Amino acid sequence: MIAALLSRIGQMALVIFGISVLVFCIFFATPGADPTARIAGRGASPQVMERVRAEYGFDRPLPVQYVRMMEKLFVSRDLTSFVNHGQKVVPEVASAAPVTLSLVLWAAFFWVMGSLGIGIVSAVLRDSWVDRFMMVLGLIGLSMPVFWLGEVVNLFTQSRWHDTWMFRWVPPLGYVPLTENPLGWARSLLLPSLTLAVSFMGLYARILRSELLSAMGEDSIRTARAKGAGPVRVWLWHGLRLSWLSYVSLFGLDFAQLLGGGALLTEVVFALPGVGRLTYQALATLDLPLIMATVMYAAIFVVIANALVDGIYALLDPRIREGQYGR
Amino acid sequence: MGADSLLDIQNLKLDLPDGRRLLEGVSFQVQAGEALGVVGESGSGKSLTAMSVMGLLPGLYASGQIVFAGQNLVGLPDKSMRKLRGARIAMIFQDPMTAFLPVRSIGAQIDEQIRLHQPRSRREARARTVQLLGRMGVPDPAMAAKRYPHQLSGGLRQRAMIAMALSCSPDLLIADEPTTALDVTVQAQILTLLREIRDEGAGVMLITHDMGVVAQACTHVAVMYSGLVVERGPVRDVLDRPLHPYTQALLAAIPPLEGPRPEQLPTIPGQPPTPENRPSGCVFAPRCGFVRPDCGVRPALIETEEGRRVACVLYAV
Repeated sequence: MIAALLSRIGQMALVIFGISVLVFCIFFATPGADPTARIAGRGASPQVMERVRAEYGFDRPLPVQYVRMMEKLFVSRDLTSFVNHGQKVVPEVASAAPVTLSLVLWAAFFWVMGSLGIGIVSAVLRDSWVDRFMMVLGLIGLSMPVFWLGEVVNLFTQSRWHDTWMFRWVPPLGYVPLTENPLGWARSLLLPSLTLAVSFMGLYARILRSELLSAMGEDSIRTARAKGAGPVRVWLWHGLRLSWLSYVSLFGLDFAQLLGGGALLTEVVFALPGVGRLTYQALATLDLPLIMATVMYAAIFVVIANALVDGIYALLDPRIREGQYGR
Repeated sequence: MGADSLLDIQNLKLDLPDGRRLLEGVSFQVQAGEALGVVGESGSGKSLTAMSVMGLLPGLYASGQIVFAGQNLVGLPDKSMRKLRGARIAMIFQDPMTAFLPVRSIGAQIDEQIRLHQPRSRREARARTVQLLGRMGVPDPAMAAKRYPHQLSGGLRQRAMIAMALSCSPDLLIADEPTTALDVTVQAQILTLLREIRDEGAGVMLITHDMGVVAQACTHVAVMYSGLVVERGPVRDVLDRPLHPYTQALLAAIPPLEGPRPEQLPTIPGQPPTPENRPSGCVFAPRCGFVRPDCGVRPALIETEEGRRVACVLYAV
């Protein structure tokens, strides 16, 4: 068991290393482009260029440059943004992470709850008008662009109907830290996370419905019925147990990519200072060190989430537990 | 016959929603302490009959009577059916590989059935599970209960399946081709188990297409063809002196153990009819060697001698 854990951690380290090399090569080893000029930003003076070149070792071989860059990212954490007047990049990402984490956690809560409810109800009432209505609703949710939905939500809750009883509680755009005011934190995140959750809810409900329906055709479900289990037990205890796997793996990937900055549009629309918005700013100003830092941060989250999903998989399905590490 | 039967199926018909008829009037009885073998080729309606008794055929319309211990199961609400299922009527399925939920230990699945029908604590249920598994000849039953289905061999899994079926001491055990997926030695062990269960007073309905299995494990046999019972009676009589031409052809298709091997085994020419093109007369007439003009009217299942019935014009009185 410990050996399996260690080998898993080793794999993760290897993957992260691979990603870092790839990211480094894309940003700094592209032939024909001088990374110094890109880091220093547009219109930098020759003195600044010289300082950057020396600091990052751009006058030395690539492996040295790579090690320098990683050292600045992970060890000394003093990678600085020249575009943004010498601001340290790593603390910036670290302070944005909790915002994104809060947003994504709320959204995940809503979309899991919503898709479970919708998926199960549609599967049980398959081919009825309720099922069709829910699936069409899901498709609409799935196809609404999140930035458009966010803007519409803002339009109604921030200006048009803000003063009616319905939306008087909505705080102004922005983020309230949990440690400062838990209620304010929840209120500031409610609408953004719901907006973010809508499309996932539609997708996941559809997936769960089809998985559940195919699981209900399994022999083991017939056995459950033959045992005398009632419909609630058969659907929720036996059927759901069989249809979780693809749902969980998809959830892990989506959750990780959202944490890694995938909630960019939502964060920008609702003015939440999270990793996504940071990436957006970095891209807008071509702030290379900041882009590098956010990409690495995202990669690490995706790798960690993948490992967690594998763990949950093994918990859910004993066959995988043995298939992976042997007996 | 009739009132004292454990299971009395009278003229059971089963229809698809589009009007096609899958079962054309199945009738047979199972007494307590007897094992009825239901034989026939694939598609003859053996499993459908079994599933009707379990009430596990959503979307199909059943008519006729399935009387179990004095209660008609046709049209019984699912809630009452659920109390019988697993508790008084239990079923063993063909493929023990897929019949268990792959993601939970077999002990947990047997416990579940016990606790669904009896007010027992987790620990009591598990004690009963381990005891049942031990009785089924599963080595180290306490350990086996903690294992997952894929960790057990096919034979052990089928034993666990039987243990689960017997967990609430059912009056009627339906076994749907319980040995088809197993190798021959395991098959013999499972059949011995079924015989023991019958000796303890339960009624057994064994569905199979294997005459050898019928000879080993059953006291009575019902031969089905195209949704109908064409012949039934005590197993020795039917195997030694088959009356219906279909039964005769079925038995002739078994290779003899002694004597010279035939060049070629006799086969039944043609295909069994599908529900759409089932003849209005005797269902076997198109493939029958004894076909006569009066086969155009479907013969009733008549009693030819004590306990034996056959549906064929050859034996009409």
